[in-house]
Amino acid sequence: MMKGLKKWRLFSLLAVMTVFLSACGEEYISTLQPAGAVGKEQFNLLLFSITIMALVTVVVSVLYIYAFLKFRRSKQGEDYMPKQVEGSHTLEVIWTVIPIILLLILAVPTLMSTYKLGDVSAMEQVDENGNKTELIVDVTAKLYWWEFAYPELGIVTSQELVVPTGEKVYFNLKAADVKHSFWIPSIGGKMDTNVENINKFYLIFDEESEGLKDGVFYGKCTELCGPSHALMDFKVKTLAPEAFDAWVASMQATEGQTASQDSTDLGEATFAASCLGCHAVSSVTGMPSGAAIGPNLTTFGDRSHIAGYLEHEKENLVNWIKNPEKYKPGNLMTNAYDPKKFSDEEINALADYIMSLSVEQ
Amino acid sequence: MSSVAIGKEKGFGATFWDYLTTVDHKKLGNMYFFAGLLFFAIAGLEALMIRIQLMVPNNDFVSAGFYNELLTMHGTTMLFLAAMPLLFGFMNAIVPLQIGARDVAFPFLNSLGFWLFFLGAIFLHLSFFMGGAPDAGWTSYASLSLYSPGHGIDFYVLGLQISGAGTLISGINFIVTIVTMRAPGMTFMRMPLFTWTTLITSALIVFAFPALTVALFFMLADRMFGSNFFDHTMGGNTVIWEHLFWIFGHPEVYILILPAFGLFSEIIPVFARKRLFGYSSMVFATILIGFLGFMVWAHHMFTTGLGPTANAIFAVSTMAIAVPTGMKVFNWILTIWGGSIKVTVPMIYALGFIPSFVAGGVTGVMQAVAPLDYQLHDSYFIVAHFHYVIVGGIILAIFGAAHFYWPIMFNRALNEKLGFVVFWLFFIGFHMTFFIQHFLGLMGMPRRVFTYQADQGWDLFNFISSIGALLMGVGVILLVVNMFLSIKSKPLNTRDYWNDGRTLEWAIKTPVPFYNFKQTPLVRGYDPYWIEKSEGNKEGMTFAEPIGEIHMPNGSILPLVMSIGLFIASFGALYHPDGVSWSIPVIILGLGITVASMIVRSFKDDLGFHVSKEEVIATEESLYGKGGNK
Amino acid sequence: MDLNTKFTPKSWPDHAEQATLEGKNKFVGIWIFICSDIVLFASVFATYLSLKDSGPAGMDIKASELFGLELAFVMTMLLLTSSLTSVYAMYHMKNYNFKGVQLWMGITVLLGLGFLGLEIYEFYEYTVHEGFGFTHSAFSSAFYVLVGTHGLHVIIGLVWITGLIIRNAKRGLNLYNAPKYFASSIYWHFIDVIWVFIFTVVYLMGVLG
Repeated sequence: MMKGLKKWRLFSLLAVMTVFLSACGEEYISTLQPAGAVGKEQFNLLLFSITIMALVTVVVSVLYIYAFLKFRRSKQGEDYMPKQVEGSHTLEVIWTVIPIILLLILAVPTLMSTYKLGDVSAMEQVDENGNKTELIVDVTAKLYWWEFAYPELGIVTSQELVVPTGEKVYFNLKAADVKHSFWIPSIGGKMDTNVENINKFYLIFDEESEGLKDGVFYGKCTELCGPSHALMDFKVKTLAPEAFDAWVASMQATEGQTASQDSTDLGEATFAASCLGCHAVSSVTGMPSGAAIGPNLTTFGDRSHIAGYLEHEKENLVNWIKNPEKYKPGNLMTNAYDPKKFSDEEINALADYIMSLSVEQ
Repeated sequence: MSSVAIGKEKGFGATFWDYLTTVDHKKLGNMYFFAGLLFFAIAGLEALMIRIQLMVPNNDFVSAGFYNELLTMHGTTMLFLAAMPLLFGFMNAIVPLQIGARDVAFPFLNSLGFWLFFLGAIFLHLSFFMGGAPDAGWTSYASLSLYSPGHGIDFYVLGLQISGAGTLISGINFIVTIVTMRAPGMTFMRMPLFTWTTLITSALIVFAFPALTVALFFMLADRMFGSNFFDHTMGGNTVIWEHLFWIFGHPEVYILILPAFGLFSEIIPVFARKRLFGYSSMVFATILIGFLGFMVWAHHMFTTGLGPTANAIFAVSTMAIAVPTGMKVFNWILTIWGGSIKVTVPMIYALGFIPSFVAGGVTGVMQAVAPLDYQLHDSYFIVAHFHYVIVGGIILAIFGAAHFYWPIMFNRALNEKLGFVVFWLFFIGFHMTFFIQHFLGLMGMPRRVFTYQADQGWDLFNFISSIGALLMGVGVILLVVNMFLSIKSKPLNTRDYWNDGRTLEWAIKTPVPFYNFKQTPLVRGYDPYWIEKSEGNKEGMTFAEPIGEIHMPNGSILPLVMSIGLFIASFGALYHPDGVSWSIPVIILGLGITVASMIVRSFKDDLGFHVSKEEVIATEESLYGKGGNK
Repeated sequence: MDLNTKFTPKSWPDHAEQATLEGKNKFVGIWIFICSDIVLFASVFATYLSLKDSGPAGMDIKASELFGLELAFVMTMLLLTSSLTSVYAMYHMKNYNFKGVQLWMGITVLLGLGFLGLEIYEFYEYTVHEGFGFTHSAFSSAFYVLVGTHGLHVIIGLVWITGLIIRNAKRGLNLYNAPKYFASSIYWHFIDVIWVFIFTVVYLMGVLG
């Protein structure tokens, strides 16, 4: 009976915690509303540890408040001389052993989960044809933008990661210039992108992003990387497996797509003359992962944001082209070209052209 | 300086010179304290600017680049140039008194330590006026700090190198002082807890700071002299910086928190009128925390990609630290249990500390859960966590101890009423600012962001947090006002200001004469002054020797000159990568000044001076009137 | 402390270096300093080990080809001998034989200078003839900083001991400078021990690959 009662108490405490915590944040960015198995596991660890820790805090606070209220000098009398106690071995043992037990209880799931989330052995698995069995994405973090390459599928995109739901997606993480860190709060924990080695981990995306506010989950850079660290956002679009396959096919179909200087479209011609050196408009570039100078723009029209954080409106794109420094201080596009050499008409056409790049329409 | 000017008012110039040349631990303690306070104010101002910038989304109060400078200087200054010197101030002012010593073991080095710290700090702050402050965070991770243009990072590297040398010197000094200069009868297991924590902290400094020295040297060589430690295109490795930095950086946290524990272990028994509960387990816990502090550095690097085994080991070792820390908390609670608690300003800081610190501690354990830390790392959760530990632990200790020891340090008392006002403003502001940041982190807000967009659900909490920061700011301003008011108040000329003092520093009458105890006290047990009082000793203490000649160290200007030499050399190194022709000559000139003053120092016999018995009696009478210190 | 007290070998205390509080402080202080210096070297050693043989893509210099044992062996012998001669000096200090102290400390300095000369020669060879300069690669930076930090310690030790020999030439041995001699000799032993590690880690392990 007593045991049942205790369990019930613990359970209710957990329930209250869950309600309290999940009331916080937006579902497309909050760790408290996990939309993937990894994030859920971490959320459970959060609940578990917070419960133990809340227990500790409550016990300490009760003891402390009781002692404080009971043994005040105003109650004891001005001249009261307390007994000068040296200490107590029994008590010392108790408050050494109980925390150790609590920590052991906490350590077991910690260790299990550490190894589970750190297991990337499946990245090497190949089927009979020598193709990787798992979906692998090469993430390259660059000064204030992200490149996502799918080496097995031969396609590359940037700023918006597109992944299928319901399967493990493995990541190779690397930074091209300075250290960054790759984090999708509502899907799972982060991992750093180092400059000298490739970090590997996996995430699982359980929910389709379509119903979310912008139709995407939010991703963040979480390692200070310069002035625009705060703006180095990316977005994640999760698709049902069939939809993902369709997306991959349409991405692969952009092979050979390019902009021509001779085009009758002023935007395309301007793009070909001034932008194509850094920005590809085909998802199949044949370059190794991370080699691109600027973000691949093949899917620009499908994206939900401009420059990772601005609203997806042509006006923002025009402003960005005119003065990227204003929107991402310290970015490498500034000074790579002279915005003044474009006429307003050219910029307008350029923006129209870039906004029209799409594989989904 | 063969004899001592007694009872004469000195002119400003003479007093100034006296402070430049002093080796007196009490004066150096005060200098550390006020220098620390100055930098605390500067860093606090930076914090306010940070919070104003983040008050509303998409704010443009400061630019992105300047924001990074602010956050870097805020962290660096608070840890190296505010919290440490403030604690050093108390260590200098109190520890020699607590162990009944005349001064520290190496008074000359004590002065050198201060001037190195101070000039290093000034050097670092000059960056604001000379082309921009460091902007890669206080951790200054190698890839970004190599990439960072301008001289900001160079200022960081050189400034910290100089002030770090000062800290190391002070650490060695305190260890030797505590090991060799305790009064007769003061065995290790009779030492007050603050002395114990000073000893362990100093040991941590000795073992941790060299790692920082090496890391900074690598960075210095990479940025200024073309080496390749962190340049991965030349075979370097930036993860080495992370390791070295955190091998230093984690113990650094304990370097700061242990003296804070010590200060509270002094305050609580006095105002509970009860012996510290479980003294020996407190000592044991201190040592254990210090030891474990070196085993956990990689928990700052769970997301760096060290692999699951390293993460698992460091997760468990990090959890282990919670055990001795918990022991301490329970011992404090059991000290007030059954006591007679008088709520004074120092005591209310101690009472506020316990729950705040427990809250900061448990979030630390949560972050030890490595897979969970993948979510928490570098988010606002960690910002909340370490501010709970640092503000809720260290800063509350410093403020509490300032009220507690003000009578000994300045022979004045701080205003009690204003003290309470400051406490409540600061305490409420503190929880308001940081409690809510835990949730910001969980809601996906990364740390070190100069702004955020309005559509992410962070607006309200950020706003509340900023209001809290303003409250803290008002609290600190009033604290400084309180300090200024105390100048005007009447000198106390008393001993045992709080009436329930237990340790040796309370046995001495204020103002404390430059030689401290006129006779070295005899320590007959733990809490020696309490023992004497409870046995009705009218003299205050039992002494180990009759009044006699006292041997004291000479003052010297050389520590300042040596530090200035390094200060000058740093400018040479700083501008070396610019290819200016004068850089190497300036380096040589600066180092030459330092080496020359070292040679001058070692070629002179410095035997100190003797204060005769008559001078001692005359000093006592001039300080305390006829009859002297009775 | 009175410098005018005249000692005889009989009245000279057994542990002159710790006979005064200042002496005892110096004795404890130098040991604590050495503790922190150990951490300093440990950090540099660890860095060296992790950067050994690493450099820009296509770097052709390897530790196993670069380092030889002959010169390093001679250097090791010089430094080990100098450690022994400083022990002799301390032995004479115990017996209040000031001339013996000065003589053996002098020999220690000469051996140290010999070591330093060889080290400079070695650096010169690597830099000029092997093209293995300080900025050549991460490996070279780590090598020069590790061995150079030790070399810097040797220089400091030499300046320190030479300074003691000169400043005390006229003063003779007393309780004020005995701790200084003693501390400098402890420091010198420490440098020696570090070199043994460098010899093992850099040269032996380097040659063995």
